Amino acid sequence: MNKSSRSVMTFKNGIHPVYHGKELSESAEIRTAPLLARYTVPLAQNAGKPPEVAVNAGDHVKKYQLIARASGFVSANLHSPVSGTIKGLIEVPGPMGVPAQAIEIIPDGLGEEEEPLPAMDWRTADPKALLERIAQCGLVGMGGASFPTHVKLSPPPDKKVDTLILNGAECEPFLTADHRLMLEDPESVLIGAAVMGRILGIGDRVFIGVEMNKIDAIHRLNEKAEEYGVKIIPLKVQYPQGSEKQLINAITGREVPAGGLPMDARCVVQNTGTAAAVTDAVLRGRPLVERVVTVTGSVVRTPGNWKLLIGTPVIEAVKLAGGVTEEPGKLILGGPMMGFAQKSFDVPVSKNTSGILLLPQDQAVNYRSGNCIRCGRCVQGCPMHLMPCAIAAAVESYRFDLAKKLHVMDCLECGACAYVCPAKRPLVQHNRRAKAEIRRQTAKK
Amino acid sequence: MDETSKNIPESDIKLPTGEKLVVSSSPHLSSPERTSKIMGRVLIALAFPAAAGIWYFGLRAAWVILLTTVFCVAAEAVWCKLAGKPVKATILDGSAAVTGVILALNLPPHVPFYVPLIGAVLAIWIGKQIFGGLGHNPFNPAVVARVGLLIALPAIMTTWPAPRGMGGTYPELKQFKTSVDAVTCATPLSIVGTLPKITGHDFYAESNFRKIDSPELIRKYFIGCKGGSIGETCIPAILLGAVLLVCFNLINWRVPICYAGTVAIITGVVNYFCPGVTPSPLFHLVTGGLMFAAVFMATDMVTCPITGTGCVIFAVGCGVLTSVIRIWGNYPEGVSFSILFMNALVPLIDRVSALRPFGHAPKKSGEAAK
Repeated sequence: MNKSSRSVMTFKNGIHPVYHGKELSESAEIRTAPLLARYTVPLAQNAGKPPEVAVNAGDHVKKYQLIARASGFVSANLHSPVSGTIKGLIEVPGPMGVPAQAIEIIPDGLGEEEEPLPAMDWRTADPKALLERIAQCGLVGMGGASFPTHVKLSPPPDKKVDTLILNGAECEPFLTADHRLMLEDPESVLIGAAVMGRILGIGDRVFIGVEMNKIDAIHRLNEKAEEYGVKIIPLKVQYPQGSEKQLINAITGREVPAGGLPMDARCVVQNTGTAAAVTDAVLRGRPLVERVVTVTGSVVRTPGNWKLLIGTPVIEAVKLAGGVTEEPGKLILGGPMMGFAQKSFDVPVSKNTSGILLLPQDQAVNYRSGNCIRCGRCVQGCPMHLMPCAIAAAVESYRFDLAKKLHVMDCLECGACAYVCPAKRPLVQHNRRAKAEIRRQTAKK
Repeated sequence: MDETSKNIPESDIKLPTGEKLVVSSSPHLSSPERTSKIMGRVLIALAFPAAAGIWYFGLRAAWVILLTTVFCVAAEAVWCKLAGKPVKATILDGSAAVTGVILALNLPPHVPFYVPLIGAVLAIWIGKQIFGGLGHNPFNPAVVARVGLLIALPAIMTTWPAPRGMGGTYPELKQFKTSVDAVTCATPLSIVGTLPKITGHDFYAESNFRKIDSPELIRKYFIGCKGGSIGETCIPAILLGAVLLVCFNLINWRVPICYAGTVAIITGVVNYFCPGVTPSPLFHLVTGGLMFAAVFMATDMVTCPITGTGCVIFAVGCGVLTSVIRIWGNYPEGVSFSILFMNALVPLIDRVSALRPFGHAPKKSGEAAK
């Protein structure tokens, strides 16, 4: 536990974005989307190697049927979200800005479903079998990084893990998907946590960290938490509370060593959405084909939270939310602090799409940056205790060696520095550039 | 189960075309904070000592403040025009105006017009723009100008008109009447500077300072009833400004606290053991430019260290130098010199007070091993 006596836990530094935007969608119940005419399921939805296509054009597939098979350990299975016909492999705009391969599926409306895998009793089942099931069902981290869940849950034998943390911080402004999920289906989240705790062999240190702005979710989770041996930790509303390293620090007081992974601090961190998917996989034998997505923004007519099938084109999600009131200036997948701006509404929803955020044109401006006045707000805000202003000065004079000495490689790219900068300097952007440049130079050697 | 948005007919739904989409890297939100807003708030905080100065020294002080500010902004505009920098944007960031007001509040209340003019050129050109403009200057521009003026025009810069409410407090100190018929007086600190010379150094002779260092006089000094620069005399107004600055997160509170604290401790120790050398610490806190400098000048974002530890080192350094100059130096006042000196050390202080990044071992040796 954190040494401090504060009842609400947190990490040092960080920022408080003025505009939270969560009120737009936090009271909107999760709704189910109607069947669409077409789905484009991206192939590369996991960190690591993309899976290999296991179907041919013209094949008929049932819902939950395997359509792409994991191509190694760090890879994840992909399943059909609907029953229908495979039209073929097409190119769609990818969430990272580069075109991506996707399997196009035309639903037939018959609603045929693959036979579910046998339900497992997680309290008695062999942890290896549980892990196998998670891998089978194509689970990846649903918070954004989309690292295959079974990989995260199998730490190498020399790493001792004693703590599992579920990330329910949802510190990004605007996003409410995890909030609604914890509120409406707390049991799935808790069971998922307990299952993962069992896989890791952790009995007593399974935590769910939830920011205090989701007090209703904390109460709902607490009703059943004891039954599953899970502890709910209220966290201070502070960005980036949901960053792995900061979350571990807030809850356990430990620091993940520089360049290390959470398991180096004897922790594993998983997303709450992933936990619910684990429950689906273990208790209901269903692979991951849908997720809760927040469709929001001030230009969205009726912002809300929808359970969307993987492969839903974003334009259809916007349609579900009643369209727009004015032409948006930015489309962001994820939250406004770390999400990715898109250039097309044809980009599909993938396993890690937590939000679809539309910003008005007047918020989509690139500010003219001014001189650094050394106000130190970036330093006060940096959750990694770096000095973004000094790094930026080094990058601007092409001193990447100096940037490296200033520990730019530890930057999380959370964007807190660029958010708070009164001179609107592109601080985190400079950090990204320095990191890329340093990696390139290291690769050359 | 299946439901589109409630109450909206399909035909009514306006879909985005994506024509106007801007693609940029995150973060996609930005705080409403701006450099100009920061400067604006500093100006609001400066309004307290400025108002107090005008009340104590009359409209002539207002005229000096206005003139200095206008000259500073004009100097900035001229430089930008000549250097081919954006004139309007540079002026609108408000930094020249802040420098102007701080410099004005550091001037004697009745200076002739060419003093603000020279001061503005010194502050903006030599103090700031020559280094590359806002944010690049190692020294506080207002302090540069003040020191420049003090050295170049010592007589004018040390002629102090008597403030409102000083009738007969120091009748023996009315040295001369100026042409504008203003009654002048010495500042308490300048009297201190002269006293030991008059009576010789007697380390244990307390009586030297009794005339200027009594509780009721300290009370008078505190509220501003003393000779001095426009902005430095009224301590309550300065403290109000300080509260505002700290609340707005515009200054690091460690700087004024450590600066004033260090001066109080050093003068206190010296006063305790050798009461003939220097007056009481309370006297030091409420006289001269210490409070004003500790709140408004040493705290300048650009020229003070960035981390909390750095600010402590910086402020303690300022305090030590100020005490040394005040007690043993030739000048009666030492804040400007000490701030300038410590400004020069800021890059070094920043280096030694660098933060330990998250996840790194506390010692530097581990880093070298990597």
